[in-house]
Amino acid sequence: MASANPLAWWRGFLALPNDSPGKTIGIAFLVAFVCSLVVSITAVTLQPLQEANRFRESAAQLTGILEILGGGTPEPRLVALDTGAYAPLDPGTDSALPPERDMAGLGEREDVATVFELREGDRLAFVVLPVRGAGYQSTLKGYLALEADLNTIAALIFYEQDETPGLGARIVESAWQALWGGKQVADATGRVRIEVVRGEGAGPHQVDGISGATRTSTGVTNLLRFWLGPDGYGPYLERLGKEASG
Amino acid sequence: MSERRRILVDPILATNPLTLQVLGICSALAVTTALSTALVMSAALIFVLTLSNGIISLIRNQVPRSIRLIVQITIIASLVIVVDQVLQAYMFEMSKRLSVFVGLIVTNCIVLGRAEGFAMKNSPGAALLDGIGNGFGYALILVAIGAVRELFGAGTLLGIAVLPTEAEGGWFTPLGLMALPPSAFFLLGLAVWVVRVLRPEQAEPAPEPQSGEVPR
Repeated sequence: MASANPLAWWRGFLALPNDSPGKTIGIAFLVAFVCSLVVSITAVTLQPLQEANRFRESAAQLTGILEILGGGTPEPRLVALDTGAYAPLDPGTDSALPPERDMAGLGEREDVATVFELREGDRLAFVVLPVRGAGYQSTLKGYLALEADLNTIAALIFYEQDETPGLGARIVESAWQALWGGKQVADATGRVRIEVVRGEGAGPHQVDGISGATRTSTGVTNLLRFWLGPDGYGPYLERLGKEASG
Repeated sequence: MSERRRILVDPILATNPLTLQVLGICSALAVTTALSTALVMSAALIFVLTLSNGIISLIRNQVPRSIRLIVQITIIASLVIVVDQVLQAYMFEMSKRLSVFVGLIVTNCIVLGRAEGFAMKNSPGAALLDGIGNGFGYALILVAIGAVRELFGAGTLLGIAVLPTEAEGGWFTPLGLMALPPSAFFLLGLAVWVVRVLRPEQAEPAPEPQSGEVPR
């Protein structure tokens, strides 16, 4: 077996008795290696197509949420998240988030995000904000629609998740999503209070949790608090609010 | 019939994995609500079964016995992931309708059964034919059940209206039961019965009453 010729070495390997430890480990490694190679190549080559499919899906969901709100054409706007100002173009860059501020478990977030504003005449009617964050075992992606006061939730939908079927995956059910309409994001002092609670929610800031899916529910709370907070759309919403009142 | 031909054709009726061996019925219940899902699921299973049989037969003389099942499952699971990824890329809507059931081909008893029972003992050529034969045997029953369930459950075949339903001004009232999993059990039972009436040699012999047993 100690031959320099790889072919001879290979023959020697094949000639080993099948149940010798060396051959067992060798075959296990080879099978695992070849299989992982095949799976990786397939996954990487097909990823762009799958991403395109998911994007179409999310676009269809967005159309759905806009139909529920009714009226107005959605106008996509690029927003620089740090300042809240409109950005002329999306540089496609990301900023790392320090762990203590990374409530939604994202690691990093984009510098410029696309939001959708719906206007009736000159008056702002709704804003639709893409949100995402870590759930129990997958990243939850959805859209949050706020009414013109920028505090009342018009709708919250999730279009992508891979949570436990029958438990966390129920966040995509319309019965649960319907609970969000009319809830208030922040209290009178401006503190973001919206949360998913265990059991039945009470008051304008609480939404019923899904029993058996505590970590998915917490994930939803955290991602909303992140995206509505200073590292998310906070600066943008603050600016919109000032413009509307002044 | 030549040996090769027998390996290919027998599993379609004579030793059908679903009706004779009653293997792989879990997926037969889940994906037969419509003909289209049954067709795609059948194609996925034929692909996985044929290739897993071929590959496992190819390496059968080198696989240590102690890890043979792990090796077989690794190969089968990789093929299943490839199929699942392809469906997600090229047939996105269909992959959402089939949801977890393509992934569950890994646990389909037919695939591991043929790998361990046939591919480990026969040449790659025979194993390929055996995979194709068993795949089509599974597909035949799946497509038949899917067609009956879609026709009587929704009045359509492949989404095209065949029986005009009452909701659209016709005369046909869809049978709600056909949309539910139990109907697949009934239809599968009927199929097993029909096959065994046509081929009495497949029926299991009635159990001999044991001595001392009280007659009921």
